[in-house]
Amino acid sequence: MYKDKVIEILREVHPEVDYENEKGLIDKRIFDSFDVVTVVGELIEEFDIEITAEHMIPEIFNSADTIAALVEQLEEE
Amino acid sequence: MRTNILEYLEEAATLYPDKCAYFDEDTSYTYLHLLSEVKRIATRLICDLSVPKSPVMIFMDKSPMTLAAFFGVVASRNFYVPIDMEMPDIRVNLIKDNLNPVAIITDSEHYDRAKQFSDRVYIFDEIVKTEADDILISDRLKLAIDTDPVYVLYTSGSTGVPKGVVVCHRSLIDYTEQFSNEIGITESDIIANQAPFYFDASLVDIYCTLKCGATMGMVPVEYFSVPLRLLDFLQKYEITTIRWVPSAMKMVSMFKGFKSIRPNKLRKIIFGAELMPTKVYNYWKENYPDAVFVQNYGPTEITGVCTYHIINEEYDDSETIPIGKPFKNTEVFLLDEDDKQVTKPGITGEICVKGSCLSMGYYNFPEKTHEVFTQNPLNPFYNELIYRTGDLAKYDNNGDLVFICRKDFQIKHMGHRIELGEIETAVMAIPEMKNACCLYDDRKQKIVLFYESDTCDESSIGEELSRRLQRYMIPNVYKKTDHIPLNRNGKVDRVKLRESL
Repeated sequence: MYKDKVIEILREVHPEVDYENEKGLIDKRIFDSFDVVTVVGELIEEFDIEITAEHMIPEIFNSADTIAALVEQLEEE
Repeated sequence: MRTNILEYLEEAATLYPDKCAYFDEDTSYTYLHLLSEVKRIATRLICDLSVPKSPVMIFMDKSPMTLAAFFGVVASRNFYVPIDMEMPDIRVNLIKDNLNPVAIITDSEHYDRAKQFSDRVYIFDEIVKTEADDILISDRLKLAIDTDPVYVLYTSGSTGVPKGVVVCHRSLIDYTEQFSNEIGITESDIIANQAPFYFDASLVDIYCTLKCGATMGMVPVEYFSVPLRLLDFLQKYEITTIRWVPSAMKMVSMFKGFKSIRPNKLRKIIFGAELMPTKVYNYWKENYPDAVFVQNYGPTEITGVCTYHIINEEYDDSETIPIGKPFKNTEVFLLDEDDKQVTKPGITGEICVKGSCLSMGYYNFPEKTHEVFTQNPLNPFYNELIYRTGDLAKYDNNGDLVFICRKDFQIKHMGHRIELGEIETAVMAIPEMKNACCLYDDRKQKIVLFYESDTCDESSIGEELSRRLQRYMIPNVYKKTDHIPLNRNGKVDRVKLRESL
């Protein structure tokens, strides 16, 4: 359920990406820093979570799956 | 009196020959090494290009070599035109048609692509193998004057064709001098560059470094997506000064990055090119209470920036930080709709600028140039050009200028200057598109496209636009409508459309 909402937010920034399969959002520079700022702003607002610098690493932000997992983990905390 | 921007390079190479001028994570140039490569490039260009003051496109990713290419072009008494390597071919071709470059300097990676835009393409690694000829260069520069162009920077154009702003040595020297003096850049500064070289926000990084004999490091663009890497760069290279767009600074504040790393040499924090969210400023200020914070304002047409505000006051998150007062040797004033000067606080007027900072207008585009570079309406006595920025502002009670908004359809989105008309032109170029209109949602900072079409959808439009526009110009929200509202003149009714945002 987190994943659907995450993909919805990602699609607002780049509608053309296949988020089910894409694993290189940061590494392939599909998302630049301005996109990241936009997406994280939306995630913070939508889920009322705090995302810190330690979370903002390519391993987490490279795919919709890993972003959704982070959101889930932060929501539980 | 200095009449050529490269005098700064000659001076720095004499004073600090072995000091690092520019570096990135892979390469670096000392001042002496840089000067020698610049002379090699210039020699080859002078031999091959008989007509001086011609445009040379620079088709390279950002690196210290890119700057050697810029200066090499200038040392041959030609002018450089940097191109964003992410720009789609269709848009580069629009620029090529307007500019007719006599040559391109590129790297081996982009050689094949560059060939379609000019018959004369140099690869950087080859052109720097030329043997330098000092006499040839000094003979060419003997005839140079300070109104020769240094560069042309292309910016979004409302009719769909980018406009090239032409800037001469005198304007650039004036800017570099005033900025370095007022902000206090010195040879001990190490500047971390964020802005791409095809934006004039990078002028401070490039030219104040050169003038002061300072050092400038280029932060890899991908670090701006990973705050810890970004802060680590600042710490590792002992960065003292940054001149970034607020969106880049937001990257740090949003993740509370200073909790992890607080670079301890930073003392000058300068920002401009878009309005600083006061919340972001306050986060940085809390972490750097003793640093100098400066807000800048100015469009490309007046060479970099024309006003600055050294922030000494405190601001609530809801207040707007003023853009401040003009630099020395620049006049900035407000004109109302009847071309009368506005001097009282609180009254809105259009920001107008005059002085040596005024650029020479748009390359090969006299109609547009005459529209915005006009005779000063307050002066009927002699020739005096002003630039009408299209930005509306007012004075506060301290006599500082406060930015309000645009008077047309130009927007600032993530630090980029965009004409909504350029996006609309690209959308309308899609077959099957009946009508389209773009609005900017300031609150959410999103470009919203309203469109009327039977067959197009979000992803087909997005795909087509990515072939025509740079990524930052592509709409964030797509709204399909049966009928775009028109006003009595048959034009799109933007007011009505805005209600449905």
